[in-house]
Parts: sequence; structure tokens; C-alpha cells
Amino acid sequence: MTFTEILSSPFLTALVGKSLVVGVLVSLCASLLGVSLVLKRYSMIGDGLSHVGFFALALAAAAGVSGTHSLEASLPIVILAAVLILRLSRSDKINGDAACAIVSTGAVAIGTLINNLTGTGSSDVCSSLFGSASIVTLSEKDMVISIVLSAAVIVWYGIFARQIFAVTFDESFARSAGCPTERINLALAILTGVTIVLGMKMMGALMISALILFPPMTAMRLFGNFRSVVLSSAVISILCFLVGFFLACWFGLQTGATVVTINVLVFCLVSGVRAIRFKKV
Amino acid sequence: MNTNNILLRIENLTLSYGDRPVVENLSFQVCAGDYLCIVGENGSGKSTLLKALTGNRKPDKGIIRREGVRYMGYLPQQSDIQRDFPASVWEVAVSGCLERERKGIHWGFGYSAESKKRAKETLAMLDIEHLAKKPYNTLSGGQQQRVLLARALCASEELILLDEPVTGLDPQATKELYAIIRRLHQNGTAILMVTHDIEAALTESHHILCLCQRHPEKQNAAAPFYGTSAEYKASLSGDGCSCCKPEKTGPANPKILPPTL
Repeated sequence: MTFTEILSSPFLTALVGKSLVVGVLVSLCASLLGVSLVLKRYSMIGDGLSHVGFFALALAAAAGVSGTHSLEASLPIVILAAVLILRLSRSDKINGDAACAIVSTGAVAIGTLINNLTGTGSSDVCSSLFGSASIVTLSEKDMVISIVLSAAVIVWYGIFARQIFAVTFDESFARSAGCPTERINLALAILTGVTIVLGMKMMGALMISALILFPPMTAMRLFGNFRSVVLSSAVISILCFLVGFFLACWFGLQTGATVVTINVLVFCLVSGVRAIRFKKV
Repeated sequence: MNTNNILLRIENLTLSYGDRPVVENLSFQVCAGDYLCIVGENGSGKSTLLKALTGNRKPDKGIIRREGVRYMGYLPQQSDIQRDFPASVWEVAVSGCLERERKGIHWGFGYSAESKKRAKETLAMLDIEHLAKKPYNTLSGGQQQRVLLARALCASEELILLDEPVTGLDPQATKELYAIIRRLHQNGTAILMVTHDIEAALTESHHILCLCQRHPEKQNAAAPFYGTSAEYKASLSGDGCSCCKPEKTGPANPKILPPTL
């Protein structure tokens, strides 16, 4: 079967189309939020939240929430965790890094136990960790939720772009200039949680944070100003997703792993070219 | 210079680390045209005080009131995050105008024409207009401080607060930065600077606030000194200010933290 045949088959178009829309939106959101997360040294939050996402899926399954509702069930749990992790990581009394790791590893452990107790099959566990093996698992409703939430992320980012820059670059100055830094940080954490939940089914809990890390890291090696980094991060993320997605369809690979691998390759390529050009990494 | 036009009024301010008060019942004013240096040992609460003045910390007690100014510029100590941050000089400088921007829905990274003009003029005034498109993280320490100073000036040309602005600069860059600050002051900007560099504080500023360290075992440490630079200088050789009193004889040993690099 050729590419055009795959794409023209009406049944597949519907399935691929949904995954494609959700994937592109999640990649876009993750790359936008990722720039601030990486620069603020909050990468751990993204990683920690994806582990909590695994826990949330396990809990949803245990509570008898069927697969089609798992998205709505995980959202509040991950959002709560986002607020908690942000609080912990900014606390003076606790080592933020360690606090974040405690929440995430704890969530994985409890999630695994819940899976054991409810007798969740290892294939289900595998798919929540590594992403769905097929592209059939996304429902119409998943797509609608994804579109609405992604739109929220993009609108928020667009409206607060200048504040987001100010808070990312220098929180002390931003606060002295009357910028609502706490609210921006909170929104950043919550929207990261939302993005992770949206992308988790397709990408898998272990790999979703790659979408947050790689595009900004690549973009930072290409540009020296914030606006270009944000825009190129979004473009790189969407392109990597599209390439990875079609390769995965073509060769019957897992979408998440393929997309992340493409991201890794692009990052290495850009770093390599830069190293040769500037004789340093 | 002191026109008695009060910009910032601080009354009975108390700040503490945990249970230990570092600043207690402090009252002073910053007036238009002032050049005030805040000195004191490490841990005496200089930076904590500045954080409180800029809204980065809630006072435990007391009042901080902006009276004659609506905006103020702040030059915080540089953080690790900034050293490899991908931002252009222009983006950093113009972000100082954020508070002045019109409220309401705004889309994207752009600023109003008014703010752009303001940022452009400020960069020109500090002779860094040619760097506008350069990435901030490729500049030298002295240039970076100028950019942050430009950002502070974009926020306010009436009052700027600086937190150890010469830390990490080489002697030449230090001299240049002090010269710029002096020029700003002559142009009418009130300066409030936290510094380790007592020598510079004595020569550059007109007023000095010295926060004396409060040892937990020494209950009645001396009260903070506030006065003109000349008075402070006189107090150093006498018994005026206990925390900065010279070790034995001679002038105070001012260079607690010499510029490195």
C-alpha cells in the first residue's frame, strides 16, 4: 500500500486524522510550555507530572472508569499534582529537586501496585508507559477535549507572551514590575499537566516529557532571542511529530517512540552542526 | 539635591529569616534626587531589605509605601538562569516597559510604539544601542549589567534600586558602571544601591544606611546607621557604627568583596 492509498482510505483517514490532529496540537503546546520549563529549570516538573499521569490512568482503571473516560479522570489528578509539585519545588524548606522526584517515583510505585491489585494486563501497563501500539485508541471525544484544551494553552501563551518572557527571564524583576508571577507559574504548571494528559495516550507516560524538552533544547541551539526560540521550537516540534507519525504509520512502529527518536536525531544534528561551526558544544 | 519630595517611605519595617529578625523597626525615606547606599556585613539583611522594597518579600511588620513614584526600576543580582538565556538585548531592555503598557488583551511579544521608543532611547543613552540585536548571553559581564540597567530605566527614570551591581565585574567595568550611575543621578534619577563596596559607597553616594548585623547572642546590637556619607565616614573612625568599625586602627577595611575576574 502506498502513502496515498493509506491516506485516501476513508476508514484510516478518520483514525489517522484524529491522532494527527491531537498529536500536532499536543506537540505545539508542549513545545511552547517547554521553552519556559527548560529555561526556568523546571524540566523535572514535566517529567514528574508524566509519572503522576501513569498513576492517574491506573487509578482511573481501578475505579472502573472505562478507557473512553480515562482522559477526564486523569486531568484533575494531574492538575492537582502540578500544583503540589510547583509548591514543593519552590519551597525553601525542602530540596525542590528531590521533592519532585519523591512525588513522581511514589506515583509510579502506587500506580503499579494498583495495576497489580486490579489485575490490569501487562499490555495495558505497557501502553500507558510506552504509548499506544496502534493509533485506534483515540475517540472522537478525546479529539474534542484536546482541541479545546490546546486552544486554551495557545491563547494563554499568546496573551501573556510578554509576561511569560519577563517571568522566565527574571522573576524578581517581573515581580517588582507588578507582574503576577505566582499566577503565571501556576498556569504554567497546570497547563503542562493538561498537555501531558492529552499526549500521554499516544506518546506514553515515559516519553511525553521528551516533547517538552527536545524542541526547546534544539531551538535554543539555533537562535539567540526568545521570540525566535519559541516560534522555532513550535515549528520543530510539529515537523518532528509529522515525520515521526508518518514513519510510524508507514513502518508499523509505535508512534511515541518514533516521534521522540526523530526529536533526538534533530537535536543531535543541530548540536553537531553547531559544534563544528563554533568548535564547542 | 534633597528636595524633600519623598518617593519611598519605610516605617517600622521588620524582616526576619525564620525566627531571627535581620531588620528591626527600620524607618527611612528615599527622596527625589537621593543617592543612598545600603551597606552592612553579609547576612545583615541588605538584600532582604531590597527584596522587600521591590515586592519580592512580604515584610513581617511595618509599611513600605511608594509616595511620589508610580514605577520603580530594579536591578536584581544576576541568576544562573540568565547566563545562558536565549534573549536578545532588545527583548531584555524593552521588558522593563511591561508595567507601563496599557492594560487589556494584548497578543504576542510586541510592545507599544511608545515603549519601543522609550527602550530605544534608553539603550542609546547607555551607549549599547549597537548591541540591541545581540544575544544577551554572549555579552561581557559589564555589558550585561548595562542591559539590565537599561531595563530598570525603562521601568522608571525616577527611582532605581540596584542590588550589588558591580559584583563579578573587572575594575574597568566597575568604574564605568559607577560613572553611568553617577550620570543617571545627575540627570535626576534617585538611586538606592545595596553594595559591599564601602569605599565606593563613601565616594559615590550622598547618604548611607548601614545595617548592623544582629548576632543572636548580642541582644542590643547597635541601631542601623543612617546619615550622610560624611557623617558615616566620621562614625567609622569613632564609635558610631559597631558592625563596620575598623578592626583596630586606621581607616575601615572597606573591600570585603573585591571585584573578581
